[in-house]
Amino acid sequence: MMHPLAPEERQAGGADLAWLIASLALVMAPHAMRAPWWLTLLTLCLYGWRMYFALNREPLPSRWLVLGVATVAMLGVWVEFRTLFGRQPGILLLMLFSGLKLLETRTHRDGAMAAFLGYFLVITNFLYTQTILTAAAMCAALFLLTATLVRFASPQRPARANLRTTALLLVHAAPAALALFLLFPRVQGPMWGLPQDAYTAMTGLSDTMSPGALSSLALSDSIAFRAEFNGPSPPQPARYWRGPVLWDFDGRTWSIGPSLLVDFVPPRGGGVSYRYEIVLEPHNRHWLFALETAARLPEQGARMSYDGQIVASSPVRTRMRYELVSVIAPEPQPNEAAGALRRALRLPEDFNPRARALAAQWRAGSDDDAEVVARALTFLRGGGYLYTLEPPLLGEHSVDEFLFSAKAGFCEHFASAFVFVMRAAGVPARVVTGYQGGELNPVDNIITVRQSDAHAWAEVLLPGRGWVRIDPTAAAVPGRLESGMARAVPQAEALPLLMRPQLEWLRGMRDRWEAVAHKWNVWVLGYNPERQRDLMSSFGMRDADWRSLTAMLFAFLGVMTLGLLAWSLKRLARPDPVQQAWRAFCHKLAVRGVERAPSEGPRDYAARAARALPTARRNILRIGALYIALRYGAQATQSAVTRLRKLVREF
Amino acid sequence: MIARLLERNPRLSHWVYGFTPPERGTVELVHRRVYIVPARLGWYFGGTLVVLLVGSINYALSLGFALTFLLAGLGLAGMVHTARNLARIAVSAGRAEPVFAGESAQFRLYLDGRAAFDRPAILARHVASGSQLVVDIAPRSIAEVVLAVPAPRRGQLALGRVMLETRFPLGLFRAWSYIEPDVRCVVYPRPEHSPLPPSSGEAAAGALRTQTSGNDDFAGLRGYQRSDSPRHIAWKAVARSENMLTKQFTGEAAAELWLDERLLPAALGLEQRLSRLAGWVLAAEQAGAHYGLRLPALEIAPGRGDAHRAACLQTLALYALP
Repeated sequence: MMHPLAPEERQAGGADLAWLIASLALVMAPHAMRAPWWLTLLTLCLYGWRMYFALNREPLPSRWLVLGVATVAMLGVWVEFRTLFGRQPGILLLMLFSGLKLLETRTHRDGAMAAFLGYFLVITNFLYTQTILTAAAMCAALFLLTATLVRFASPQRPARANLRTTALLLVHAAPAALALFLLFPRVQGPMWGLPQDAYTAMTGLSDTMSPGALSSLALSDSIAFRAEFNGPSPPQPARYWRGPVLWDFDGRTWSIGPSLLVDFVPPRGGGVSYRYEIVLEPHNRHWLFALETAARLPEQGARMSYDGQIVASSPVRTRMRYELVSVIAPEPQPNEAAGALRRALRLPEDFNPRARALAAQWRAGSDDDAEVVARALTFLRGGGYLYTLEPPLLGEHSVDEFLFSAKAGFCEHFASAFVFVMRAAGVPARVVTGYQGGELNPVDNIITVRQSDAHAWAEVLLPGRGWVRIDPTAAAVPGRLESGMARAVPQAEALPLLMRPQLEWLRGMRDRWEAVAHKWNVWVLGYNPERQRDLMSSFGMRDADWRSLTAMLFAFLGVMTLGLLAWSLKRLARPDPVQQAWRAFCHKLAVRGVERAPSEGPRDYAARAARALPTARRNILRIGALYIALRYGAQATQSAVTRLRKLVREF
Repeated sequence: MIARLLERNPRLSHWVYGFTPPERGTVELVHRRVYIVPARLGWYFGGTLVVLLVGSINYALSLGFALTFLLAGLGLAGMVHTARNLARIAVSAGRAEPVFAGESAQFRLYLDGRAAFDRPAILARHVASGSQLVVDIAPRSIAEVVLAVPAPRRGQLALGRVMLETRFPLGLFRAWSYIEPDVRCVVYPRPEHSPLPPSSGEAAAGALRTQTSGNDDFAGLRGYQRSDSPRHIAWKAVARSENMLTKQFTGEAAAELWLDERLLPAALGLEQRLSRLAGWVLAAEQAGAHYGLRLPALEIAPGRGDAHRAACLQTLALYALP
């Protein structure tokens, strides 16, 4: 027997499909920017094809035809990616299936299933980006998908009424959603292996450094991390954010090489100490950044390697928040193992003869290591070196070419050449990469460090002083530290848009936006098991485990459902405003001694009351007439209702 | 199984359904009487939520969590809205016009929304026959539902149980409620056509006139009385003058027709006799006769007009029923 409320027995009409297709298209729009053009076009064609069938009321194509289209498209994806598995091809296939599913959508039930697929596709967008803008776009998509579901439940209802219902539903869903978000026991994923390409999109410093590595990174506006200081923040020239330390040189590329974890020994003291918090963007590497020199490690199981790198227990694949204490310019700490010393002097034999000769000359003319360093810095300072994002290509003897012929390069050239010459002169040295500076946002006092702040510098081991930081770039190009890369690089070169000094107003807007974005990152995107524990303990619940969280969650959801029920009952109990006003009027008259008889109609009652209270005669008759017109008349306007209520109130 | 259990134990079913049938007057669907379970679509929705949750955990997607939880909240809100769509509707039953056996009784139910919001897509289904209708109740208004219920036998047809169901607004939940209003429809016996018996009034007088002679002979007009059949109203005359007039036929006053059960062949069973009598009543009324009804231990004095006809048919409908 036909059941008219059963969605599987109702055919989806043209308007139903238009709603469905519009919401699916909105969900798919961000994917279309990443997908190969032919796939986007094919999906759109499938949407259009389905709409054509709906408008012409033709039967849908046979299952074999749909299967054929699916096979061809999957072949196309395979040709494009050489695989059907993995994140990108998988999502593209889902995008395609949203079109194929429509071609199988006959009834409202199929339509609702397609809408559920739409909900699922919303989440695939978050695999790429979770910015505020994405969230806003997906909220719109969610709204449309839900409105489509509402439409499927009551196809004849006007669209405006359905949209209102949808908005109301979402408003009512919000408290439960918030409670679930805050209280649902969070587990740190992943639960199983992720596809190979899951983290390819992340940028950041690498464990190797060859000429051109940092200058290409420096063109990126994307954020590496943000730091928030308790109290004043250190000045820009002192902000060296230490990252991977590179020991091994093969003539062209510096690399980390084997690393050794040691027990953390805090610096001896002295200097200025800073307490701060870093929100690190995922970069799929182990290392964590910290202001030089870290005096306390983050709590989350981080270790220190023997060359002063902070290393997390697993690659940073989600935005990570950690607290640190650092000391700038602590007392020197002279101790180094002999193995490390040998490693800090090792150089490949056959490269850069001129640099070696220069180093030997400095060595011969100097009394100690410190003098060699000083000579090298003087050489760089007076050498007329150009700091540029577009360094000339270097050949086999990259250090020689940089030092003596090209004389132009980015920080990795300066650091690489300096460390090479130091080692050649017998001074133990190593390359340190990381970030320098960062921009202080005046809106929320948070320092934003971007990929464009990537930097490389050197450390030399001096007898009695331990490892000492030397920044050869700063020596050669004095403006680099004070004003950042933007002023140090010649104006004509293509800087990232927001780094150009001319666009001050744009930067002001960006500052404000980024303050919001930072809050979003910390409170929405960065809400993890740890934050959850913090929040619970700030409510006085120490050691909230999943049991207590679940109990709280259910208690809250129960209260919320009861609240909603109470709301619905209250709305039901609320009488008609016209009736309410009339009752109030009757009550007022009864107080004055004219009580309405149970059988008395409004006209008679008003007439009798008017006779009994001649002073209020005019108003009584007006109220009576208005009530009769509103209650029994053809149409009641809102203004008439308001007038009646006003008259009764003033009576 | 549960349905059968409830069928056998009326008291259990009354307790489960929250009322003791039949119910007089206006019935309000209080929350206690509104049941709600996930519809099939709701289970699929739940499955989608699980997939979304696992995906969010696996990829540590904060916005994925937010989406999953917002959808979960949506399901919860949808449940309350679905229950609300049915709650506190006041159902009253209208009059059901009598029908002949074999026809469909038209039961009228009035669903009073009693709310400032509209209540779309409410299904009313007659449980026994499956007759159903979907209505939308506008804000502060009453929707009428006409359920056509087959009336196979003469007598009183009680409406029986009616289910009100809704899945609005999301289709994820199905809320329903049973009502059994105290409304009955009189079902006349199925009329069986046979020649009218001779006018018994004349038979008593000893005159031997033809059975229905004079019935078609127009005699004149007289003032309309409420009991007059609309067929006898002189519409053309009415159109000309202000007053309602009724055509009079000769012999009407004289011909007193007794529709006597004893005139039927003795071989007929009770139901067949009643059917024949019903046929006679219709024919006699059509003929404009002045007719009475005589059954064992029951007699209706001769008369004419719709009210008389209805009285006769109702007597036949309810005759010898428990």
